[in-house]
Amino acid sequence: MAENVTPRVRAPREASVGEVVSVRTLISHPMESGMRRDGDGNVIPRSIINRFVCTFNGEVVVDVTMEPSIATNPYFQFEAKVMESGTFNFTWYDDDGSVYEDSSDITVS
Amino acid sequence: MSLTRREFVGTSLTSAAAFAALPSLSFAATADEAIAAYYRRRGHIGCRDHLDRARNCRERLNTVQIEVSAPGAEEIIMFAAGNPNPNVATFKFGPMSGSQAATTRIRLASEQDVVAIAKMPDGSFLKAVSNVKVTIGGCGG
Amino acid sequence: MTGQTKRVVVAMAALALTASSLAVWADEDADLVVNGEIEMVVRTDAPAHLDGAVRTIYSGWVFRQDDTQAMQMDDFDNPGMLFAEQGQELFNTAMGANGESCASCHTNAEDLTRVRATYPKWDEAHGAVQTVEMQVQECQTESMGMAEAWGQNSQEMLNMTAYIASIGRGQVIDVAIDGPAQATWDAGKEIYYTRYGQLELSCANCHEQNYGNYIRADHLSQGQINGFPTYRLKNARLNGTHNRFRGCIRDTRGETFAIGSDEFIALELYVASRGNGLTVEGPSVRN
Ligand code: HEC
Ligand code: HEC
Repeated sequence: MAENVTPRVRAPREASVGEVVSVRTLISHPMESGMRRDGDGNVIPRSIINRFVCTFNGEVVVDVTMEPSIATNPYFQFEAKVMESGTFNFTWYDDDGSVYEDSSDITVS
Repeated sequence: MSLTRREFVGTSLTSAAAFAALPSLSFAATADEAIAAYYRRRGHIGCRDHLDRARNCRERLNTVQIEVSAPGAEEIIMFAAGNPNPNVATFKFGPMSGSQAATTRIRLASEQDVVAIAKMPDGSFLKAVSNVKVTIGGCGG
Repeated sequence: MTGQTKRVVVAMAALALTASSLAVWADEDADLVVNGEIEMVVRTDAPAHLDGAVRTIYSGWVFRQDDTQAMQMDDFDNPGMLFAEQGQELFNTAMGANGESCASCHTNAEDLTRVRATYPKWDEAHGAVQTVEMQVQECQTESMGMAEAWGQNSQEMLNMTAYIASIGRGQVIDVAIDGPAQATWDAGKEIYYTRYGQLELSCANCHEQNYGNYIRADHLSQGQINGFPTYRLKNARLNGTHNRFRGCIRDTRGETFAIGSDEFIALELYVASRGNGLTVEGPSVRN
């Protein structure tokens, strides 16, 4: 089980109607690939975040299926088009069943 | 690899020429299989190919920042052809997306080709390949 | 392995010959401002004790490629800051027999702002030069009633030292090398100029005489430690100072000292003093 998983998001707090805004996310996670062996030669079991979803007011911005080749401490940057004020919700799904969430509000005028 | 907007637009315009000039690609067999499996899943039969030999020589062994962009794409899938498990990620863009582009950081075990395939709404596919060199940190284990 | 290490030497000789054409100083002039507000000193006049061995001292940041540099310019892009944040949480977490956290005594973390810039430092009570790690261990066993302090290279310690460095970012490094610290400093200096391993290379051979050149594909810096702990893209984790020293000596095919050994404490003091005038950058991003 991954310890100390800390999600971080950065999205603007304000934008104008129809603006395309840049969103960045970073989460601390070892992303154990399942390909490594420990000191005794045993395979360290795979333990990764396998999916990341960002929604805005309930509708999908981006939905990412993640594989072990995503680097430790996964980072994403992408863009959203905002037509109204609302909330970005960010969800990361861990192999071990854990779900990590964060959110960020934006005022659109 | 940085597949810029311009390069991807270029892809559709020059695809025929690019396809003809395509040098033989040497993916690890597993990557070929992974890509074939992806095409099968998406019911794809033939595709317009494009090769983008990037000049990138990045100084990182384990973490390479990659940007993909394919305006209008429904999804973009990425492969690292030289990794034991070549699958990297699939980005599906929803109605709220502001562009069909994303940046992420991936592991690369060695110099290798990174492949991106974009699935377009008309059922066509775009493919781009970028060779990424990674240098080995000289010191400090 | 022998073949590989041989090549290092050959490459260095070749590089030394062609230094002018090969030394890529593309980013020599770049300035480092973190989060658009913390202004770093990445190049400045060498401290007097270097006696002209180098005229200008440079942060390791200067030698990295532009995209690695960029990752350190914004906390959001710097994965090392995730661990500094975890260190901050630890700082406020009760541990040990007395149920105290670091914050119980150090109520204002800002009071620790100068720590990274002034350590290793002479500790009167213990009659020895102490690293930040040793000071934290001392607080844990002597003040907090912890039976066992964190290991010098444990994840907790790396997170904590990253946090302590992060609150001192931008502070000008000024470690004391005279007075009671002098003997330790002398010992560190001697280690710095001693040739180690089958390759018979000293720290100075690489970091004083060949900085700016390429060794294999790696751009050699002055081996400064103002950026520690460093988040290395190579292993995607925080790396402590002594661990890096160990790797460098191992690369000469030499027997290395242990993390936390007297030799490495002395070497850390000496190397830190070679950076007097640069600013604290930890946790920095390196390849
Ligand atoms: C019971 C009180 C107490 C607790 C709890 C405590 N410390 Fe301290 N700490 C001290 C005292 C007293 C000093 C100064 C004594 C010295 O320099 O040896 C000190 C000094 C330090 C210094 C050096 C400050 C300087 O300016 O040189 C650091 C760094 C430090 N502590 C970190 C920590 C950390 C990290 C923790 C939690 C793991 C911690 N301390 C917990 C009492 C405490
Ligand atoms: C064979 C050449 C070589 C020798 C000898 C060597 N190093 Fe290094 N060192 C390197 C290389 C290559 C790097 C990675 C690139 C860089 O930052 O210079 C490095 C990196 C470092 C760094 C990290 C710098 C940063 O900005 O993060 C430190 C600190 C360091 N060395 C200290 C030492 C010390 C102390 C010694 C002597 C015990 C030593 N090195 C001996 C080649 C060497």
